[in-house]
Amino acid sequence: MFKVFTLFADLIVHTWLKLPVDSHWAGALHFFIEDITKIFFLLVIMIYAIGLLRASLNTERIRVFLQGKNRFFGYFLGAGFGAITPFCSCSSIPLFLGFTQARIPIGITMSFLITSPIINEVAVVLLGGLLGIKFMIIYVSIGILVGVLGGMFIDAIKAERFLMPLAENVQGGNVDLPGIEKPKMTLKDRHEFAKTELRTIFSRVWKWVFIGVGLGALLHGFVPQEFITNNLGSGQWWSVPGAVLLGIPLYSNASGMIPIAESLLSKGLPVGTTLAFMMSTVAASFPEFVILKQVMKPRLLLIFFVMLLVMFTFVGLILNIIPF
Amino acid sequence: MKIQVLGTGCTKCNQLFALTEKAVQDLELNVEVEKVSDINEIVAFGIMTIPALVIDGDVKFAGNVPSLSNLKEIIKKG
Repeated sequence: MFKVFTLFADLIVHTWLKLPVDSHWAGALHFFIEDITKIFFLLVIMIYAIGLLRASLNTERIRVFLQGKNRFFGYFLGAGFGAITPFCSCSSIPLFLGFTQARIPIGITMSFLITSPIINEVAVVLLGGLLGIKFMIIYVSIGILVGVLGGMFIDAIKAERFLMPLAENVQGGNVDLPGIEKPKMTLKDRHEFAKTELRTIFSRVWKWVFIGVGLGALLHGFVPQEFITNNLGSGQWWSVPGAVLLGIPLYSNASGMIPIAESLLSKGLPVGTTLAFMMSTVAASFPEFVILKQVMKPRLLLIFFVMLLVMFTFVGLILNIIPF
Repeated sequence: MKIQVLGTGCTKCNQLFALTEKAVQDLELNVEVEKVSDINEIVAFGIMTIPALVIDGDVKFAGNVPSLSNLKEIIKKG
């Protein structure tokens, strides 16, 4: 089904521009054209389709649902809901406070916050389209697992101690929450919602895709495979924590990161190292930490940072051992 | 009528604020649009995604920026 994009890139690069098949520029340009057209096509269709389905879902209802749920089950639910709701880092504080207000344990909130940026429809679709279904399933399972384990750990160390007064204030606050009821949605309402979603998500994401595909293309065309296989290919022990350390402060949207991952994988970077790098880039960033500083004491932020580092490193190391 | 835009100052919040002012102007309403950026006040409305629009104390929507024409519809309905 996706062959049409390869043929289209063939047509431009080899038939129209007549670039020699083995040149660096031809390789890079081919990668760029194929990926850009494929990604934009997938994005438009999938964001719209998922928008139609998601129109009646909102975070306020999720909160009611999570309230008073069994702990253990709660982590999975938190991570699961994080995966299906769209994430905007500017909403992480109201979300954090809102969950706390509903007396949802902080660990479950963290499960939600960790998984939310890692898994979203855009990432899932791109992974499936560019790297294959198997890779997509691994990615999604790990995204959920990391959220669940992270949430459990945060509760295990009783992280409520490290919240800022802002968050403590709402903790004992009113339990009777004003909820927003969504009226029954007609197909036309859903269409409107999906259209708005498409516009907002696309306008936010397209530049990341451009940068990501551009970097991926340059990597694809100009970095010799031997360089990566010789230096990083056998999964040297330091390469995974190194990739994670590099990835956490770097910030990219999942959609920008996936073409880079595709390129790195095709150059022989081991799956575990690639995934660890990708997830750490997408999951956390400096701007996010700055926002979270409003509700977490520096100590908790540091714990959070180290926790992510350790988890992604383990994921990478384990996946590097498993043969695919 | 009282219109409030809830948001902590993120890009989308500012967009919604500007859009709401424009909508009010186009509809020739004599209403002041108030910006609520205090996080505690925002959370008190029971929402968890921003930006959000509140008319006369009722949350109309949260977490997205609608198109200008949709926004006008919402404001007209009150």
